[in-house]
Amino acid sequence: MIEKALKGSTGYWVWMLFLLSIMGVGGLCYVQQFNYGLGITGMSRDVTWGVYISQFTFLVGVAAGGLMLVLPYYLHNYKAFGRIVILGEFMAIAAIAMCLMFIIADLGQPMRALNVLLHPTPNSMLFWDMIVLNGYLFLNVLCGWVVLQSEYKGIKYPKWVKPFIYLSIPWAVSIHTVTAFLYCGLPGRHFWLTAILAPRFLASAFAAGPALLMIIAMILKRTTRFDVGREAQDKLVTIIGYAAMLNFFFLGCEFFVAYYSQIPGHMHTLDYLFWGLGHGDQVFNNLVPFMRASVIMGLAGIGLIFVSRAKQCDGLLVLSCLLIFIAFWIDKGLGLVLGGFVPSPMDYVTEYYPSAQEIGVTAAVWATGAFILSILYKVAISVKLEKEV
Amino acid sequence: MYGKGRIIPALILFLGLMTTPIWYKSGDVSKMPKPEKPKDYTECVAPVQYMRTSHMVLLNEWRDDILREGGTRVGKTANGTEYVRSLQNGCMKCHSDKKKFCDTCHIYASVKPYCWDCHLQPKEAM
Amino acid sequence: MDSKRRDFLKIAGLTAIAGIAAPSAFGTLLKGEANASSAPAGGHGPVAPTGKRYGMVIDVRKFTENPELANQCISACHTIHNVPDFGNKKDEIKWIWVDSYEHVFPENTQYKRPDALKGMPILTLCNHCDNPPCVRACPTKATYKKKDGIVGMDYHRCIGCRFCMAACPYGARSFNWRDPRGKDANGRPFIKEINQKYPTRMRGVVEKCNFCTERLAIGQLPACVEVATPTKALVFGDMNDPNSEISQVLKTSFTIQRNPAIGTHPSLFYII
Repeated sequence: MIEKALKGSTGYWVWMLFLLSIMGVGGLCYVQQFNYGLGITGMSRDVTWGVYISQFTFLVGVAAGGLMLVLPYYLHNYKAFGRIVILGEFMAIAAIAMCLMFIIADLGQPMRALNVLLHPTPNSMLFWDMIVLNGYLFLNVLCGWVVLQSEYKGIKYPKWVKPFIYLSIPWAVSIHTVTAFLYCGLPGRHFWLTAILAPRFLASAFAAGPALLMIIAMILKRTTRFDVGREAQDKLVTIIGYAAMLNFFFLGCEFFVAYYSQIPGHMHTLDYLFWGLGHGDQVFNNLVPFMRASVIMGLAGIGLIFVSRAKQCDGLLVLSCLLIFIAFWIDKGLGLVLGGFVPSPMDYVTEYYPSAQEIGVTAAVWATGAFILSILYKVAISVKLEKEV
Repeated sequence: MYGKGRIIPALILFLGLMTTPIWYKSGDVSKMPKPEKPKDYTECVAPVQYMRTSHMVLLNEWRDDILREGGTRVGKTANGTEYVRSLQNGCMKCHSDKKKFCDTCHIYASVKPYCWDCHLQPKEAM
Repeated sequence: MDSKRRDFLKIAGLTAIAGIAAPSAFGTLLKGEANASSAPAGGHGPVAPTGKRYGMVIDVRKFTENPELANQCISACHTIHNVPDFGNKKDEIKWIWVDSYEHVFPENTQYKRPDALKGMPILTLCNHCDNPPCVRACPTKATYKKKDGIVGMDYHRCIGCRFCMAACPYGARSFNWRDPRGKDANGRPFIKEINQKYPTRMRGVVEKCNFCTERLAIGQLPACVEVATPTKALVFGDMNDPNSEISQVLKTSFTIQRNPAIGTHPSLFYII
């Protein structure tokens, strides 16, 4: 089945070469980081996690988003998702692979990463995160591949994968819950210390993951004969729209608690992210344009996505999904992690800017994810089209 | 066999390349490492055979015992000589030349312990 | 027996087994975690005295009287422990340092307070919490709490994930963003004078104050305390020993702690 990835149009090969070249440049950046140390990044004593960990957090959500396809299809027997569900499972594989790469890129001593297994520590949320992420990767590789292979052979998938598919449903919830627990269990970091963090993560995941999937599905519709179908598309709009609304509801709850309680620690980070934080005689606001754009894009995306369905307009659908995806990428892939460090527990404000090398490594990990995704989708779509034509 | 003419020479070439290190160094066995032992002492903290094979295990045990359990920092040899259970402040007091002691075997065995990334060898010129 | 009843019995049986097995499995899982997980008895009340618990009283008044003292303490500590000086805030590594009152106690926001408090330099270091969030967060037990209350670090094991730095509510942890044994652009080594008796650290690990475990083991006081002892600006000892000097000081003086509301139970006490 994998041989399907080795045959493709010129466009396919150009795309893969493009990704490989980004991976190459980023790889060189990583070599530089490996030799010099993490000091080559923009991170500092006060902002100890940067773009690597924030991308990791966001991508866990993208991976968990696959749940919104698996659950209706397998649990509720929603047949319209028959063509798209495999895309969701394969996207989860690529996203988790990227998560793991980002974690490794962020370690000061990557050669010792397996110490997490050698000295298992159940009281550390990072230990559990390692377990749930690798477990989810395994489940999606297993379920996705076995189901697709069965389709390739023209038979129904074997019964024994069913339990694994059912297991992958709560497992998807667990990966983003545990990832939220990394943050929301730390005393002294008010911005993260909120019980609603895990629900908010899940809501944004269930919007951002399917939104990305929708964008890819639309690209595939243009470039190949693969069409996920009108009904699936319309149903996804409902899922994305409501999940995105939930996310904003949760965000509103955060605003209420912070500004009604007037507890300084709760307000400061929101001040920093959305209005600019006055500190001493300076105002720190490097993330304000991004965060405001995120809210505007997210809300606009929600409005437009329902319009796109009413008008059955694919162009508008792609635009609204793009808006929602970027909005949540900023919200979680920038603001959430970086905001937690401002102000520091000792009430200092240090602003973070990623370095060129850091951006190079980040781009390379995204390119690697896209590379994996392209291979998996190439296989899946070739099989699907072959069987159907 | 199908494609015999290509597979067999390729296999031979592969095996040849894989075993390069063995025949490249063959006939070189005489160069066994001879680490220089301290002259003023006759016994180590444990029997020589054990130290040869397992000194790294011992160092790890010392470390975990002292750092985590608050274990004693002073040990006694079989003959009752006191020593400090520490690489930097114990071992290296007798084995004072890292190059002539540690490195000879480590280079031979091609292992690169990371001890010296943090610990200081005696009178290290940094 | 109809199928519904059989299913019910199956589920009931499984539930019973799970109910019996889960607590013991959980217990096994957490066994041996005594050093890593550390939940003190009671959320608010004092912790029952068992064994040693080292603590430190920092008498800020004495430091105000001797303005040079704090820097001497810092320098003693950083020299003995080979703490590098990178000369910039981004890479900074510190085990013990001076910060202003407003930054050490940001929660104290009195409308009016003594003029002397404004910008008053205050010595601070790792709090060696009785309930340390950093130890909870560490995925490899590279940082752990010892029986004597000291929160230690094993640099051999640290993978450099910096979870402990996010978890520490007191900014007491530093990361080796680059090789501490290196030199700056002018060829000046980051560690000015190396102490041959103590190791350095390596690139990519977190480090912090260890309450001078290595000195306590041979009967010496922590380096900073030794410097400050003539002035009694720092008092160090076992808080669980009622006759120790620190116990006496804590009994007779009103002290404050850094952000005690978050339940970390710090072992550092300040007399302002």
